[in-house]
Amino acid sequence: MAEISTTSHSGPARWLVVAVPYLWLLLFFAAPFLIILKISLSDTAIAMPPYTPVFDSFGTLGNFVSQLDLENYFFLAEDALYIQSYLSSLRMAFISTFLLLVIGYPMALAMARAPSRWRPTLVMLVILPFWTSFLIRVYAWIGILKPEGLLTVFLQTIGLMGPDEQVQVYRTDIAVFIGIVYSYLPFMVLPLYSALEKMDGTLLEAANDLGCPPLKAFWKITFPLSMPGVIAGSLICFIPIAGEFVIPDLLGGPDTLMIGKTLWTEFFGNRDWPLASAVAVLLLLVLVVPIMIFQKQQQKVG
Amino acid sequence: MAKSLGPVKRKFEPWNDPTAQPFIRFENITKKYGDFIAVSNLSLDIYEREFFSLLGPSGCGKTTLMRMLAGFEEPTEGRILLQGNDISGVPPYRRPTNMMFQSYALFPHMTVEKNIAFGLEQDKLSKGEIEGRVQEMLKLVKLEEFAKRKPGQLSGGQRQRVALARSLAKRPKVLLLDEPLGALDRKLREETQFELMDIQHTLGLTFLIVTHDQEEAMTVSDRIAVMDKGVIVQVDTPAEIYEAPNSRYVADFIGDINIMEGTVVAPSGDVSPQPVVTLDCDGLIVAVEQDCAAKHGDRVAFAIRPEKVRISPDQPADTSVNAAYGEVWDIGYLGDFSVFLVSLSDGRIVRAAQANVSRLVDRPITFGDMVWLSWPRDAGLVLTR
Repeated sequence: MAEISTTSHSGPARWLVVAVPYLWLLLFFAAPFLIILKISLSDTAIAMPPYTPVFDSFGTLGNFVSQLDLENYFFLAEDALYIQSYLSSLRMAFISTFLLLVIGYPMALAMARAPSRWRPTLVMLVILPFWTSFLIRVYAWIGILKPEGLLTVFLQTIGLMGPDEQVQVYRTDIAVFIGIVYSYLPFMVLPLYSALEKMDGTLLEAANDLGCPPLKAFWKITFPLSMPGVIAGSLICFIPIAGEFVIPDLLGGPDTLMIGKTLWTEFFGNRDWPLASAVAVLLLLVLVVPIMIFQKQQQKVG
Repeated sequence: MAKSLGPVKRKFEPWNDPTAQPFIRFENITKKYGDFIAVSNLSLDIYEREFFSLLGPSGCGKTTLMRMLAGFEEPTEGRILLQGNDISGVPPYRRPTNMMFQSYALFPHMTVEKNIAFGLEQDKLSKGEIEGRVQEMLKLVKLEEFAKRKPGQLSGGQRQRVALARSLAKRPKVLLLDEPLGALDRKLREETQFELMDIQHTLGLTFLIVTHDQEEAMTVSDRIAVMDKGVIVQVDTPAEIYEAPNSRYVADFIGDINIMEGTVVAPSGDVSPQPVVTLDCDGLIVAVEQDCAAKHGDRVAFAIRPEKVRISPDQPADTSVNAAYGEVWDIGYLGDFSVFLVSLSDGRIVRAAQANVSRLVDRPITFGDMVWLSWPRDAGLVLTR
């Protein structure tokens, strides 16, 4: 009977509770996205703002639609720069996410296996970098990585590098990887930690007991059971990394091609807002559509 | 549903055979965690095909002892021999023991089938062989139709069966069961206890079970070791443990018992042909047929099970010894039995149990009645420890 009576709690209060998150999403996600979508379908104008208004006055709907066109999207397909930017961003995001997994997993595992009284402190240490500005932390890496920076000085002091040599990573893709992995590590470690921490330790004992040595037990038991954490951490990192602008801009060189930088250049360098908006919309589609398909499939499996 | 009971059990007591070699031998085992001594200089022999129970309250060291046999813990001192071989330092994954965990520890991402096959896959058996053994195990625990389910889709009782099948699949020399039935309800637990005994008997394996449930230990075991604070207090058959506990601790831990402190007034050496000890339990004179080392004036305890105390409104022939007079203070009706709490004149409470052979309306004794309690000389026993 209890299942049937759930509808009895309907009423204005219940609708309000349900509506709040949807209103929030509508206001801060759907509305801005629709504005960007609209701009991407309009033409460039040398004006303030630098695009032709398509929805200024509530004119006739036909008039509104006739002014929209997909010109910007065709342009994106024509110019190799954009496709290369997308591909290069995805490549960078893939490699970074992989590095994050390789570095973050042992950290999360060590945290989850640490004595329980240490764990809150360890989690605290992972979150600690958030207490200083992200921008300042990336600038700090410039100080470390630049040719006459701390890394060079350190290597020269311990004798691994001659006094005339310098570390040549600043303004290369390697520096971008270092910056990205450093900045996103907490976002990888925390979901992994929460998945690993929940795991029942006796499962490993059971595997051991049944003749499975510890390393094999890791791949047979621990890793498969931490998949939700691996997927969550990878998505949380991959999506923003693909659109990352600040790190490649500050640490990367002129050859570092990422869609975030291209987007910025279109907006603020070329002041071509419609084209930049088209780039943004496409980026969203490139990222969201495969993830949605993936999640649908995961639901089917689970 | 007709059920075959299998061959009738034969008398099995290798522990009384001086030529029998122990299958498992714990030799002066001590286990310390920092300052805490979990197991203290413990020695124990367990024989092949024995169903052996480690019984005790939580924290008595029984689980630690089992985990040392499985290889999850190493003894601080002493050694463990399995078929005469020292197994210290052998990692758990190379020991011929398998364990059924208290939490079952089923792999949640694998089907029932895969869970059972897990141990066999580690042994690099052929596909066909694994398949055959898994089917055999599924049949043994009657879970054939659940082979493709995941543990999350099973009931508690079914999960417990999967855990049992998984731990039996490798045909271990010793099966370790850590509180195996703790999570099941009473009815299912009783059923499973008999099934466990049946399986143990059919497969001819050695079972070592850890439990704090004395009824469970009594039902399933050939022998029980009662543990307290890291030492074994008594190792014996269930009947011996129940009828002849060697200490106040064991007597009190197993079943219901009346314990009265008293002083020896006539040691057993003085009487013949049957040795009889006579005690003075604060005015109550008790005579017990027992060969007991206690000397005149020793402080000892008299212990008697409630079902061995006769309760009657009529005065027994001899009231000078093994008899007490009191008022029925409370009655616990248990269905098959009623337990009468009788308050003696000095306030001491004695429990007497009576089988309810007739229906309730015919019962002659009720609250507030003055009754006589009496017992024969061989019903109780003297505890010196």
